[in-house]
Amino acid sequence: MLLTVDHVTRYRYDHPVRGVVQSHRLMPSRFDGQKVIDWQVTVAGGVAGGAFRDGAGDWVQGWTVAGPVSEIEVRVTGTVETTDLAGVLKGHRETAPPEAYLRATAATEADAALVELSELVTGAENVLAGCHALAAAISEAIAYVPGSTTADTTAAQALAQGEGVCQDHAHALIAAARAAGLPARYVSGYLQAGTGVSDEAAHAWAELYVAGIGWIGFDPANRCCPDARYIRLGSGLDAETAAPIRGTSRGGGAESLAVTVAVQMQEQ
Amino acid sequence: MTTYFNEMFQDGRVRAPYAGLEGWTNDMPADRRLAKQAEAEALFRRIGITFAVYGEGGDPDRLIPFDMFPRVFTGAEWARLEKGIKQRARALNAFLVDVYGRGEIVRAGLIPARLVYQNEAYEQAVSGFTPPKGVYSHIVGVDIVRTGPTDFYVLEDNCRTPSGVSYMLESREMMMRMFPDLFRENRIEPVDNYPEKLRRTLASVAPLKCEKDPTVVILTPGHFNSAYYEHSFLADLMGVELVEGQDLFVDGAFVYMRTTQGPKRVDVIYRRIDDAFIDPLCFRPDSMLGVPGLMDVYRSGGVSICSAPGAGVADDKAVYTYVPEMVRFYLGEEPILKNVPTWKCAQNDDLKYVTENLAELVVKEVHGSGGYGMLVGPKSTKAEIEEFRARIMADPSNYIAQPTLALSTTPTFVEEGIAPRHVDLRPYCLVGERIELVPGGLTRVALREGSLVVNSSQGGGVKDTWVLAE
Repeated sequence: MLLTVDHVTRYRYDHPVRGVVQSHRLMPSRFDGQKVIDWQVTVAGGVAGGAFRDGAGDWVQGWTVAGPVSEIEVRVTGTVETTDLAGVLKGHRETAPPEAYLRATAATEADAALVELSELVTGAENVLAGCHALAAAISEAIAYVPGSTTADTTAAQALAQGEGVCQDHAHALIAAARAAGLPARYVSGYLQAGTGVSDEAAHAWAELYVAGIGWIGFDPANRCCPDARYIRLGSGLDAETAAPIRGTSRGGGAESLAVTVAVQMQEQ
Repeated sequence: MTTYFNEMFQDGRVRAPYAGLEGWTNDMPADRRLAKQAEAEALFRRIGITFAVYGEGGDPDRLIPFDMFPRVFTGAEWARLEKGIKQRARALNAFLVDVYGRGEIVRAGLIPARLVYQNEAYEQAVSGFTPPKGVYSHIVGVDIVRTGPTDFYVLEDNCRTPSGVSYMLESREMMMRMFPDLFRENRIEPVDNYPEKLRRTLASVAPLKCEKDPTVVILTPGHFNSAYYEHSFLADLMGVELVEGQDLFVDGAFVYMRTTQGPKRVDVIYRRIDDAFIDPLCFRPDSMLGVPGLMDVYRSGGVSICSAPGAGVADDKAVYTYVPEMVRFYLGEEPILKNVPTWKCAQNDDLKYVTENLAELVVKEVHGSGGYGMLVGPKSTKAEIEEFRARIMADPSNYIAQPTLALSTTPTFVEEGIAPRHVDLRPYCLVGERIELVPGGLTRVALREGSLVVNSSQGGGVKDTWVLAE
């Protein structure tokens, strides 16, 4: 499937800032499920900084914008050819060992309720079947309600309140999987959902590591495994470390953020 | 009753390294000693070398007591120590490159994956990265104790930012100023070239993108930090800038320092702040101490950071138990310095032994430092032991235990004259293009009679450490 992306993030500052520094994970991952046809990231008025591929296989690119500046626009455009691999991250080159994804972070600490859910994996005869059961249970336990949580909501909090967005689904799945002894990580990317511009097009899901198969994506928010409608960008222990854009500004006042994302299927 | 190795007196005779000090002490009347001690304290106070002590209250700028009686090694004793320390520093760095690379030592089953990859000091952010010259820990502070004429044990390794080297330098300077004759009568190896060696070491790991004479800076969290004196002292002696996070900024692919002549590119940062604070875009987002974007510059070869982020996984007290394995695995050598036998409370058998023998053991937190959060069994009351037992049971994997070592003593000036007090040693091994060790280190002394805890936070003092020229 050919997917085109047009993703614009606009930062506005109350007062001009003296400078902006950002770190991006905005390049599509290199694996058998996706092939980049063309891809561009621009930061209006910015200088591209150091770039490298990290141990998890992500392309990381630094940017700086010299001030004074009161608005920054980060634009991602491109086309990716995707293939449905039933969620399996095949052919992805990375050096980070799966064991490095067993550590809990503040957002993915498992409480008693998450440990209980993890028994769907530990009690399963087949680990893969257990993963599917766990992902399904998370979908059931946390209803998709936009605005019901914040960026700082933890997995345990989201599960307790029974509502959340894709970040919360992913965190809960990761927390429970790790509690079951399975390496798990947070993945950020895009999803082509229906037509037109969608606020859900900037998406997140989880990957679980199953010995003998490797990393497998699960998207509890959509009750499926990532297929040809998904574009994978990068991963991390949780939403914070996997964020497509991490940034900060020097000086100035409050920052407001406007994001538009359009992911469309291109007519073949 | 434990017998302790006295480094000066054995069987009523003075051991060779201390021969040059026998007459010196015999000839020193009490009033001269007191006058000299007062002089030393006034000098330390004047140059402002103080050490804030966390968690104790009182005067934050309290002096660390200085004991004038030097601690002495012969050239031959030192040669063996030096070989052992350098060997350890090489193995620790090989381990760090390995666990952020292919993880061969884990694959070989020599160290549990859990201990490495789930360690809180393991930095996922540098996975897959090898720093310039393959060095993660550029200053390795190895804490060593002695229990006999040829018996040395490593207590712990400090691979991040071992402090205290300023005391090594100041103690020497103080002794030379107060007792110049001693340095004419004895052939003592110099240590005052340490700052220059440190500067050369740091410059030798400049990043690939640095094409000129590298600009080195020391990054400090600020004057409220307990080791701030040392940061400014080393910056002065090396002739480099002492900066705080706000003095540095990232522009494009490089890091710059603000100067009165405009921005100046920085190539090597000797940081004295913890990993978690060095870059809010990579680690703790609320950190105000670091430099936003620094890690992207670092990982793309625009700047070097010493010690390299992630180095802490090698000096974890549970990882410590595997250092002899590292020496064999990476270097194909037998370890020269011994490890102290260590029980890991994370393991059930060990936990059982530890809880049954608390009265004889020293128990430490895996990530503890500074002598805090530890139990010295033989020196503790029943109630203290019981309280500690509860803490261990609540979180076993947070604790390790070791036998109470019979730390050697050296003569020390006390109220009533001269008496033996227990000592340890922290030499500072420099690792860059070459591995270097200045002959000496920081000798810490437990000033309280019978005390085995040498930490400055627990009533420890410092001494000048001599290595005699062969």
